Amino acid sequence: MTAFRYCRFFFALCLLPAGLGLQQLSGAADGRTVIRYWDKWTGFEADAMRAVVDDFNASQDRIFVEFNSVSQIDRRLMLATAGGVPPDVAGIWAINLPVYSENNALTPLDKLARNAGINPDDYIPVFWKMCQYRDHLWALPATPSCNALIYNKKMFREAGLDPDKPPRSIAELEAFNEKLTRRSASGRLETIGHVPEEPGWWNGLWGYWFGGSMVEGDSRITATSPENVAAYRWVQSYPERFGADRLLALRDGFGNFASPQNPFFTGRVAMILQGSWIYNFIANYAPADFEWGVAPFPSNDPDHLRDVTIVECDLLVIPVGAKHPQEAFEFMRYVNTRGPMEKLCLGQRKFSPLQECSPTFFEAHPNPFIRTFLELAKSPNARPAPAVTTWGEYNADMKNAVTRIWTGAATAEEALADVQKRQQKNLDRRHERWHRSEPVLTKSWSEQ
Amino acid sequence: MTGQERHNLRVGLLFISPWIVGFLVLCAYPLVSSVYFSLCDYSVLSPAVFIGAQNYRDLAADEVFWTALYNTFFFAALAIPLGLLVSLSLAVLLNFEARGRGFFRTVFFLPSLVPMVCLAVLWQWMLNGELGLVNSTINPVLDVFNHALGTHWQAPNWLAEARYAKWGIIFTVLWGVGNAVVIFLAGLQDVPRHLYESADIDGASFWQKTLHITLPVISPVIYFNMIMGLIGSFQVFAVPYVMTGGGDGPGRSLLFLATYLYQNAFDYWNMGYACAIGVILFAIILLLTLFATKLSERHVYYAGK
Repeated sequence: MTAFRYCRFFFALCLLPAGLGLQQLSGAADGRTVIRYWDKWTGFEADAMRAVVDDFNASQDRIFVEFNSVSQIDRRLMLATAGGVPPDVAGIWAINLPVYSENNALTPLDKLARNAGINPDDYIPVFWKMCQYRDHLWALPATPSCNALIYNKKMFREAGLDPDKPPRSIAELEAFNEKLTRRSASGRLETIGHVPEEPGWWNGLWGYWFGGSMVEGDSRITATSPENVAAYRWVQSYPERFGADRLLALRDGFGNFASPQNPFFTGRVAMILQGSWIYNFIANYAPADFEWGVAPFPSNDPDHLRDVTIVECDLLVIPVGAKHPQEAFEFMRYVNTRGPMEKLCLGQRKFSPLQECSPTFFEAHPNPFIRTFLELAKSPNARPAPAVTTWGEYNADMKNAVTRIWTGAATAEEALADVQKRQQKNLDRRHERWHRSEPVLTKSWSEQ
Repeated sequence: MTGQERHNLRVGLLFISPWIVGFLVLCAYPLVSSVYFSLCDYSVLSPAVFIGAQNYRDLAADEVFWTALYNTFFFAALAIPLGLLVSLSLAVLLNFEARGRGFFRTVFFLPSLVPMVCLAVLWQWMLNGELGLVNSTINPVLDVFNHALGTHWQAPNWLAEARYAKWGIIFTVLWGVGNAVVIFLAGLQDVPRHLYESADIDGASFWQKTLHITLPVISPVIYFNMIMGLIGSFQVFAVPYVMTGGGDGPGRSLLFLATYLYQNAFDYWNMGYACAIGVILFAIILLLTLFATKLSERHVYYAGK
């Protein structure tokens, strides 16, 4: 390469970002304000959101939304906001809302929502509540979900159980478990009815099905409450009944969740706790004749504690420092009207967070159990993960506690006591941080 | 300083200025600022608040930090000597005048071309307790013993059992020693032939030659590989992070200092705390390197001296 060509190549490289910048501006060439929107979606879920964004752009002569699918959005958003170049709208998980708002990463939406005439009564209460923290509104819902007992009807029939009568209590679940579990001559576990570790995505929150809570108010950790102890004694009963080594060996033979080797699809586990999205995985990976059912995951006291579920929600937020908050909110409001919201939720195969739902939504919905999930989300026992800033660490400690219980390294009481001690200290420390920044932050939030 | 010398200095500085600027901006500034932030409560988005040595006091009382520290030392104490031993032995073998030498050198170097993440994913399956290649090789051998001795030995669930998980990571890392092998090979080829020839005339055996000629002559290379191994082992991150799916392994057995630092900085919004862990990690590596340098004064032979 001659020197001249080398220089030309180098300059072309330098101009590349500028070229991309120009392309970004081209959306605004017709004078519209460009809104940068980041979300975590990929695949068909991103396509569903993109279709809604396209509709919005077609309906607009003032605003143009540019949608980007961003991996590891929680970390990227934090770094982009710290660097002063956040997107105008971002999609985060509700569990991240407390830590984002308390660290001054988000724009409060109270005034914008009031002016736009957003009515809290339009939403299923639990999802509206998830948009709030410390008396301010920080987000509008995107797509919600909740979890339930998903069971394999064929395995039920083979074990002599009625496939239309799923277990209603933990005691019943365990009675079914015994019938559904098969061992080889040498004692190896071949199939199992239920095991909390498969897939174990909510290992920190089993207490919910025993009437427990993880926090009281916003400052007291309640990992060692009697309800939680009962829940984790139940977890402890698994290695005691089945043998820790046998369970480890069984689990090591399980394939990836998102694959045809998922043990639930291959008939090695009969009952799992999973979210409404399981439909998509069954459609993609389970055998064609796979028969499944959905029911509320059983609690320890079905007469008093019914329809327990953990709700989750994807939220739309406006990061602090966003250049066009007004326009960003206009887009968020559009997504939260019935038509676009149903289009989005149908595309992502979820239910809508809005109270009212058009009848055609259910007719068009591919998931045959979507109503069951929706009813569960409306239950008084539908609860999100605790809204505290330390939930990330708390949950990691709970998962570790389950591993310790599982391997016999600690009893349920010991493991929970360790979590309690550590996490109370952690939360106290975070409260100190909050009290330092509170006067400034609450004043600036009220003014916005 | 003469005019010419001054001119040379200016030109020299000009030519290394990209490096100087890079060092100041990308190394020196983050280093100094992380020492400062380690004395602050800092969540990245709110301004840092100076809190003195509170982060260090909290670390001293944080049992998870001690677990991570223990795991890191455990890993380094095994991975560094084993890595040196394996790579040196391989280099000595590959240095023999044998047929297909080039082929074998390539074969042993190839794994180190595999990116860390792929390596981790690959070994995740190799070490799977039920279906893994490692156990399906070990178990038949153990079965022979079990049959003969009436025992009930079984290969462990490498990554699922706290006792064995670190060994799983050590095997994985050992698989990528190709780089060190190449450096050792270069060192071995620099050993003057005449020393071996005179030793041959004196009737020295292979071991005597290795012990009294090869090892002393390549001692600077051993020293270099040891320091590199030290730094790499204390910063181990990618392999365990990927193998545990971003977690910390059964019973936190695969939680290393770098993982805990990362979790605090980017998952828990405790950048100040993470900086304190970083400073401690820096101090540990610095002290061990100084110690190794001190040791090397007596045991490393430089031909130029």
